[in-house]
Amino acid sequence: MNENTKSRLMMTLLRIVVYAILIFLTVLCLFSFYLMIVNATRSNAQLQAGFRLLPQEHFWDNLKNAWTDASINIPRGMLNSLFIAAVSAALTTYFSALTAYGVHVYDFKGKNLVFTFIMAIMMIPAQVSAVGFVQMINKFHLTNNYIPLIVPSIAAPVVFFYMKQYMESVLPLEIVEAARCDGSNEFRTFNTIILPIMKPAIAVQAIFSFVSSWNNYFIPALLLDKAEMKTVPIMIAQLRSADYSKFDMGKVYMFILLAILPVMLVYIILSKSIIKGVTSGSVKG
Amino acid sequence: MSLDNRSLNGRRKSVSYAKWGYIFILPFFLVYIVFTLVPQVLTIYNSFFTNYMDGLKHIGPEFVGLKNYVSLFTPNKQGSILILKYAANTMILWFLGAVPQFLIALLLAVFFTSYRLNIKGQGFFKTVIYMPNLIMASAFSMLFFTLFSKVGPVNQFLQQSGIMDKPLDFFASKVTVRSLIALMNFLMWFGNTTIVLMAGIMGIDQTLFEAATIDGANAVKVFFKVTLPLLMPIFVYCLITALIGGIQMFDVPQVLTNRLGMPNRTSFTLVMYLNNYLSTSKNYGMSGAISVIIFIITGILGGIVYKFLSAQYKDPVEKPRRARKGARK
Repeated sequence: MNENTKSRLMMTLLRIVVYAILIFLTVLCLFSFYLMIVNATRSNAQLQAGFRLLPQEHFWDNLKNAWTDASINIPRGMLNSLFIAAVSAALTTYFSALTAYGVHVYDFKGKNLVFTFIMAIMMIPAQVSAVGFVQMINKFHLTNNYIPLIVPSIAAPVVFFYMKQYMESVLPLEIVEAARCDGSNEFRTFNTIILPIMKPAIAVQAIFSFVSSWNNYFIPALLLDKAEMKTVPIMIAQLRSADYSKFDMGKVYMFILLAILPVMLVYIILSKSIIKGVTSGSVKG
Repeated sequence: MSLDNRSLNGRRKSVSYAKWGYIFILPFFLVYIVFTLVPQVLTIYNSFFTNYMDGLKHIGPEFVGLKNYVSLFTPNKQGSILILKYAANTMILWFLGAVPQFLIALLLAVFFTSYRLNIKGQGFFKTVIYMPNLIMASAFSMLFFTLFSKVGPVNQFLQQSGIMDKPLDFFASKVTVRSLIALMNFLMWFGNTTIVLMAGIMGIDQTLFEAATIDGANAVKVFFKVTLPLLMPIFVYCLITALIGGIQMFDVPQVLTNRLGMPNRTSFTLVMYLNNYLSTSKNYGMSGAISVIIFIITGILGGIVYKFLSAQYKDPVEKPRRARKGARK
C-alpha cells in the first residue's frame, strides 16, 4: 500500500468516526425533547403502563387539560411572560443602541471612563445585588408588579458592548454629519437614520434578551407570589414542588412542552441568525 | 457651500454636541444606579446587620459588624462549614459538566473547521447542539426530573429491557444527582462553546496551517503546535466566563432537586444557599454576606475577563470582527 492510499483510507476512517460522534451528540441533545413530545401525546394510564417511543392519540386531551388546569394557569403565565419578555427586549435593544450611539458618536468629557465602567460591570451577575434589590422592591411595595422585572433591562452592559462593536464596523460618522447638515436634530437622526442601520444587531439582541427574560427564574420567583402575576418558570417550579405522583403525567409533559415551545419555534425559524449572533457578541455569558 | 466648508462647519459644531452624549447615556446610568448600584451597596450594607423575619416577627435591623461573616464560617454541630461545603458542591457540579463541555467543544470546533475533513451538514449539527442553550433551564430540569423519576420512562425502559429488576432511584444517590446536573449543564453549554471556539479557530491566519502542513506537520501536531497556542486567549476567556456562570448555578439544581439539593444537600449550590435565606426568612443579613462573598469571587474572575476584553479591544487586528466574519461560513 502506498502512502497516498493509506492516508486517504485514514481520512475516510476518521470521517466515519467524526460523523458517529456528531450523530451521537445529536441524539443526546434531542432525545429528551423527543420523549417529552411523545409523552405529551399519551394519557396518564398509557404513561404508567410503560416506555414507548412512538406517539399516541391523547395530544389534544392533554393540551385541553393543561390549558384549563385550575391550579396552574398556564395561558395566563405565558401571557405574563410574553408581555415581560417583549417589553424587556424592546427596551434593552433601544436603550443599549442609544447608549452605544452616545459613546460612539459624541466627544464628551469622561467618555473613556464611561466605556471602561460599562466594560468593568459587564461580568457582575444579577444575583449579587439581589438582596438589596428585593429589599428595595419590598420597601416600595413593588412586589407583584412588572416594573422591577422590565425597567432594569434598560441598563444591559453586554448588549451595549455588542451595539458599540457593531457601530464601529458599520456606522461611518459621515452619515451623522450629513444628517446634521440636512437639519435633522440629534434625536431624530438616531431614531430615523441610525436605528434602521442597526436593524440586524437589534434583531439578534432582541431575540437573546427575549429568550433570557422568558427563561428568567431567580428574580421573578423572589418578587411574584400572586397567582395571576406568575410567569412560566415559576409555574414550572411549582409543578416540581407539587406532589407529582398524584398528577396526570400527560398534563405535566404538556406543561413543559408549552413552557419551551415559543422559544423552540423562534429558534427553528431564526436559528441561522441566532447562531451568527453567538459569536459576534463573543461575550454572551 | 463647498464640501470643505461643510466638514469644517461640522467639526466646529461637534464641540457643542457634547451635551447630546450625556443625554443619550443618561437613561442607562439612571437605571443602572437605581436598580443595580444602589441594591449592590444596600446588599453590602445589609451584610453588617442582623435583619430577618422570624415567623411574623421582624428581628433587627441591628448593626452587628462582621458577625454574619463569622457565623457563615463557623462550623455547625456536625463540624462542617456549610458555605465551604456548598461552594465545593458548586465547583464539583460545574467541573463535572465543564470538562466534557470543553473537550467536546474543542474537538468539534477542530472537526468543523477542518478543510480536509470537510464535514457536511454543519448547519444542521450546529443548530441542534446549540438549541439546549436557549431552553428554559427550569423546564429542562423539570423534564429531566420526570424522565428520571422512579416511575419515569428511563426506569420503565431499564425494567422492560431487563437491565434492572427494581426501579433505580436517581435522586437518592449523590453520584446520580450530580451526574444528571452535570449532564444538563454539559448539554446546555457545549454547543455555545463549540461555536465560539470555531470562530476563534477561523480567526487564525490560515497561511499558518498551510505552512505547518508544508513543513510536514501532521494533523495532531498542527493542533498542538499551531491551533491550540493561538486559540489559547479565546479558550481561557471562554473558560473564565463559564466559571463565572458556574458560580451562579441555580435554576437546574433548584428545580431538579425541588430546592433541597438532595441527597443530604450534596447538590446544594452557593446561590441556592443565598436564595434559601432570602426567600424563606427574608434574612437580608446572612444572604447579604453570602452575596458579598460571591461578589468578591466573581469580581476577581470578571477582572481577568475585563483585562482580556480591553486588550482585545485595543488590538488593531480586531479579533471580534474576524470572529464575526468566520461565523458567517
